[in-house]
Amino acid sequence: MEFAFTDEQEQLRREARTFLADRYPSDRVAELADSDDGWDAASWAQLAELGWIGVSVPEEAGGAGLGFLEEAVLFEELGRALYPGPYFSTVALALPELSAELQRDAVDGKTRWSASLDGSLVPDLASVDRVLVVRGGDLVAVQAEGQTLETMDSTRRLGRLADGGAGDTVGDASALDRMRTRAFAALALESVGLAQRALELTVEYAKTREQFGKPIGIYQAVSHRLADSYALTELARSLAYWSAWCVAEDDDEAPVAAAAAKAYAGDVAVTVCEYAIQAHGGIGFTWEHPLHRYYKRAQWNQGYGGYPAAQRAEIATAILS
Amino acid sequence: MDLRDTSEEAAFRAEVRGWIEANFPTKLTGPRSSDAEYERAWHEWSAKLADAGYAGLTWPKEYGGQGAPYPHQAIFLEETARAEAPQHMNVIGLGMAGPTIIAHGTEEQKARYLPKILDADEIWCQGFSEPGAGSDLASARTSARLEGDHFVVDGQKVWSSFAHIADWCILVTRSDPASEKHAGLTYLLVDMHAPGVETRPLRQITGEAEFNEIFFTDVEVPVENVLGEIGQGWSVAMTTLLHERATLGFALTAMLEVNVRKLLTLAKERGVDDPLLRDRIAQEWIEQRALRLTNYRALTQLMKTGMPGPEGSVSKLTWSEANQRLTKLALEILGPDAQLWNGDNHGYWQYQQLRSRGNTIEAGTSEILRNIIAERVLGLPRSR
Repeated sequence: MEFAFTDEQEQLRREARTFLADRYPSDRVAELADSDDGWDAASWAQLAELGWIGVSVPEEAGGAGLGFLEEAVLFEELGRALYPGPYFSTVALALPELSAELQRDAVDGKTRWSASLDGSLVPDLASVDRVLVVRGGDLVAVQAEGQTLETMDSTRRLGRLADGGAGDTVGDASALDRMRTRAFAALALESVGLAQRALELTVEYAKTREQFGKPIGIYQAVSHRLADSYALTELARSLAYWSAWCVAEDDDEAPVAAAAAKAYAGDVAVTVCEYAIQAHGGIGFTWEHPLHRYYKRAQWNQGYGGYPAAQRAEIATAILS
Repeated sequence: MDLRDTSEEAAFRAEVRGWIEANFPTKLTGPRSSDAEYERAWHEWSAKLADAGYAGLTWPKEYGGQGAPYPHQAIFLEETARAEAPQHMNVIGLGMAGPTIIAHGTEEQKARYLPKILDADEIWCQGFSEPGAGSDLASARTSARLEGDHFVVDGQKVWSSFAHIADWCILVTRSDPASEKHAGLTYLLVDMHAPGVETRPLRQITGEAEFNEIFFTDVEVPVENVLGEIGQGWSVAMTTLLHERATLGFALTAMLEVNVRKLLTLAKERGVDDPLLRDRIAQEWIEQRALRLTNYRALTQLMKTGMPGPEGSVSKLTWSEANQRLTKLALEILGPDAQLWNGDNHGYWQYQQLRSRGNTIEAGTSEILRNIIAERVLGLPRSR
């Protein structure tokens, strides 16, 4: 039993964190999120060049031939940075379901993908080229056409797919469960990354912000909530890494693990952000401060594919039958 | 990352599982109680564990341990939880006194005390808290006056589990009457059968008396029973508390696992279909998993670096609150009958629920644990 990332995977984490902190600091993310497009399309070529898109794609399809654990590191770091771009949609939802030929184009950065789990709402619809949907017993690739909707989290906008567009069959409906499991694991990882960042910002603030002549972190009404945030984030991290390992190993427990991780980390990230906003006081409630963006992404992740009560209902069925 | 057992770990797991199946006495199923017959059976079970080499798995071989890697300890605890078997009864000896003696003891002390801890020949209790010193251990007032080759101990300790059956006590005393706070404390190993030691049971909200008060009146303790240096008792006591919190994680999680298993069994028996109850059952299952996995991360960190990581500080805090929620949930599933002590589950959940209120108080209150996380893990300024 060994429950830690390898040195190589930790090296990838350091590189990703450095790159994202350099290119996507929070003021840049805010600027992009408030723009019409919501992201910087030029960033996709950078990600392709770094090899991030094809991490788990086999080498013969142009990828790195690594696995979901390496992707897990990236999901966590991209979540921490609130990277606005269709990485989750392309890599977690769609890529593993595509043919080698379609994968090669995606890995090269030529086509971006998303998918719809419910046949209607599509993450990143406006910033991708094609979308996977289930029609009857088929998994079908259609053009990314439809209406982009104003979304609370403007770093990951949702769209509604246009009805009836022609498409190519790329697989069967059994893909849906796999897409869902990968998506849940990826969102759990993102939520852990962003919760960790929101906690760090708040700890820093609590050390420096003074009231009544003392840093506010000295007051247990503040510090104990931050201790809880830490504990919750670590528990969520354990579940998220477990679900990542299950996906990477195609373990039988993967669907339950991903549902558990997504539900728990989804709730935790929202709670940690709420404590963060409260501890920051008035400044945490402003548009100017980055916290609301973490909070909105946390809520996006919490709600995607059903709020946590839906995943817990599934788990209850699994453990009580 | 690999969450499966290695082949060596799998072999050990199979061995433990087979051994428990063959040796676990049915007398020890059902709620833990303090009646004498249960205690006798528990004592026998503990000695049997030691005979089989399952006590002190990670202790050095020269002191009667197995020198086994930490994952063996985790596997052993998981397997006892799976069988719903109780842990070794010498909880304080194995988890606190033993590791502190290993860290600070002389060779004579190690040879004298450690083997008897393992085979439950000598049961240990802890004399830290006092009526005026609970979370604030540094305000301890129990005095130890040096007179030639021995100390004379006077004072009172409280909340001491196992004291009524204990042979030895790890005792924090104030050896310098002029001292205050952390200075001037001395850590003694005290014979509970010495003249002047008196224990009185404290009846708890469960109705049983698991804790005790200990009164020391002119108790003579030989100087060779000082653990560490005279006046350095604070740092020795910190070793004890560090071990209490670090090694406790797996044992606590194993106990929670037993309760989650029983909760699922209960819910299935009762055919729980209320979505609100099912939601909470799932949440408790998830959190128990999260706790176990967090312990695995801490264990991997310990194996890699030799130092426990900060993840460990989360275990006791999380466990205690989870156990409180879970046991209340069980009562709700039982329905109005839950108010009856002798329902069809022999009072298991009623006892567990009431007992769980102690979980956030004993071995470091949740308030103290949050202070520790805030100050030592997050680096926030000290509140005191």
